[in-house]
Amino acid sequence: MKKTGAEIVWECLTREGVEVVFGYPGGANMPIYDAMLSYPVHHVLVRHEQGAAHMADGYARASGKVGVAMATSGPGATNLVTGIATAMMDSVPVVFITGQVAAHLIGGDAFQETDVTGITLPITKHNYLVTRADEIAETIREAFYIARSGRPGPVLIDICKNAQIESCEFVYPEEPEMPGYKPVTHSPRNLLDDAVALIEKSHKPIILCGHGVIMSKAEEALMQFAVKTQIPVASTLLGLGAFPASHPLSLGMMGMHGEAYTNMAIQNSDLILAFGMRFDDRVTGTLKTYAPKAKKIHIEIDPSEVHKNVFVDVPLVGDVRTVVNDLIPLVDEYDHDEWLEEIQTWKNETDSRSIMNWEEDGKLYVAHLVADIWKATGGGAIVTTDVGQHQMWTAQYYQLEKPNRWITSGGAGTMGFGLPSAIGAWFAAKDEEIWAVAGDGGFQMTAAELTTAVQEGANVKVAIMNNNFLGMVRQWQEFFFEKRYSAVNMVTPDFVKLAEAHGVPARRVTTREEVEEAIAWARSIKGPTVLEFKVEREDAVYPMVPTGAALHEMIRRPVKQSAKG
Amino acid sequence: MNYTFIALVENKPGVLNRVASLFRRRNFNIESLAVGRTENPDISRMTIVVNCPNGDMDAHRIEANLYKLVNVIDVQDVTHQPVVTRDLALIKVRVGPERRAEVNGLAEIFRAHIVDVAPESVIVEITGTEDKIEGMIELLRPIGIIEMVRTGQVSMTRGTNDGIRRMPGLDGRRYEDLMEMAEMTP
Ligand SMILES: Cc1ncc(C[n+]2csc(CCOP(=O)(O)OP(=O)(O)O)c2C)c(N)n1
Repeated sequence: MKKTGAEIVWECLTREGVEVVFGYPGGANMPIYDAMLSYPVHHVLVRHEQGAAHMADGYARASGKVGVAMATSGPGATNLVTGIATAMMDSVPVVFITGQVAAHLIGGDAFQETDVTGITLPITKHNYLVTRADEIAETIREAFYIARSGRPGPVLIDICKNAQIESCEFVYPEEPEMPGYKPVTHSPRNLLDDAVALIEKSHKPIILCGHGVIMSKAEEALMQFAVKTQIPVASTLLGLGAFPASHPLSLGMMGMHGEAYTNMAIQNSDLILAFGMRFDDRVTGTLKTYAPKAKKIHIEIDPSEVHKNVFVDVPLVGDVRTVVNDLIPLVDEYDHDEWLEEIQTWKNETDSRSIMNWEEDGKLYVAHLVADIWKATGGGAIVTTDVGQHQMWTAQYYQLEKPNRWITSGGAGTMGFGLPSAIGAWFAAKDEEIWAVAGDGGFQMTAAELTTAVQEGANVKVAIMNNNFLGMVRQWQEFFFEKRYSAVNMVTPDFVKLAEAHGVPARRVTTREEVEEAIAWARSIKGPTVLEFKVEREDAVYPMVPTGAALHEMIRRPVKQSAKG
Repeated sequence: MNYTFIALVENKPGVLNRVASLFRRRNFNIESLAVGRTENPDISRMTIVVNCPNGDMDAHRIEANLYKLVNVIDVQDVTHQPVVTRDLALIKVRVGPERRAEVNGLAEIFRAHIVDVAPESVIVEITGTEDKIEGMIELLRPIGIIEMVRTGQVSMTRGTNDGIRRMPGLDGRRYEDLMEMAEMTP
């Protein structure tokens, strides 16, 4: 059956199970947009292509499926770039489809021609330039396969306009076979045995749970393994939710703003079992003194991550779920009571400094607000964040019990991610409650997507934590630049009016007494809402491991400030 | 120290750029890169010589990242393996009839060929290892080199030997096993 290239795009997308795409039209992808009208795919018109990229990303993280974003050539495609890099750093499967000038014009600096495959080469898992209609079907098939398999990641397809217009015979290709792309799944038995031998000998083991656990849907395997071996579980920022926060073996978040007792446990452990994480500098502190007594087992699907930052004793290259399931029958039941008690003493000390034990002093603290939202939502919402202090407080205090409900830009730390990723997540989980927590700075980067939320009726609750500062940068200037504040003081718009101008009901909250009612009000409205919280301006995220310091050398919240009464 | 990798890649547009870009992105310096077809028209073969300041750790990193490229089919590190290595140079020497015999004599010793003779210059073609070519260049330099071109090193393992595939954990080899193999210099 003959079809145009543009029709083939949609034939393939629908066969891949795509129900929603996020995008923006323009000259070079108009044939694709024209053909779209005949297919049962919902298109979300964004206000800036960066928004489309983050929405597709949020959709992918909440659904576990591949997200799709589209843009035209030139400026449309370059506007996607931040979103592509964000998905790349966090290994999120998103297929980006951009229009390109006609093949015979390539290289001639035609109107809106940009070398998009060149620009996105280092920030995609793979990319394609398609110059003929008969390449489209196979390319899309490969792109989806590459995006979701192995270590997932973004794939970009740049389709020349002539390829969209020309017709060719359409046959949906078989599952692709690529000679150079064969993700590994299993780890060989002798290395599993090496790992088991280390586990048997260990008295102070700790599991470091990363995003890979969620990507490979290994939560159950992790639970079985941890319970059977009685090994406590610490999480990276992106691993949160893979292991229930309320579980007795859960240690919460590690790293730069991780729990102090969690970092202490890592530094004092004699065995690290890294599950689908990559020893990023934000979780290790300086490598010279990182977990000096610990042997290391690394379960990781991407061989280039093994030995990259930290030299490991046993590399188990493979899919986390498969490898952990293979390990479970090989390990015995252990008892690490002494070790768990040691960790508990650090934990007690940490709790004594917790902001949760503060007396009310009339001011609004983000940590309290996050805890209030957590309480009101029963801890069950899907939560997205922007980047900055509020992100760390949300990670610390929105305690997650389940995976795929925590959506934050970890590796890239992309401001502007919060609102659009929440809108994307809503398309994946329309019956769920969705909260986007943002700072006043980051919110303004993609605030125009409020209109998109209105147009789509996206039921997302935005909480703007307004400290009138670029808070995280201010905190670094306070700690490391003798409080010389440079370019962090921010005049913000009237967020309530701004939201209302977009057609979004909004309220401002200035005291703790109003909080409960305001949250209840936002939850009672179907559709997008905005709450602006006027928070304490110069609060800091604790604990903090300064860049280049050892993981246990944390700046702690001063005790006198936090002592009750 | 320089490491030598052999990579088999799909013969498609842009693949060379992907490989070269990887070295730039990971901040490695390519000493030499030679690409050509193989007996299979769909596959090209690259011989890549790279400076690895951190030795085997770098070599591992390079190999694993090369594997990650979708168009790369196989990568071997042949640095420590028995290999045949060749480089080809064309060297144009400024020489008139009076010293031509001298150049001829040198060419003979190095088993090089004179492939072009003009009134004031000759082109010498020499094939061999890096060392051999460097040796010849040193001797021609005082006579006067006008220009020179080299293909870059190409390598092939001897016999049925394979290079090292460092992918940690993949085939059950432990890091120590790899280190041991790396020690077995020819
Ligand atoms: C696009 C982008 N630009 C700059 C930064 C650097 N940066 C990290 S956190 C931060 C401050 C964020 O301020 P705000 O959004 O108000 O959140 P807060 O830290 O106050 O919670 C900045 C500027 C970034 N992460 N992303």
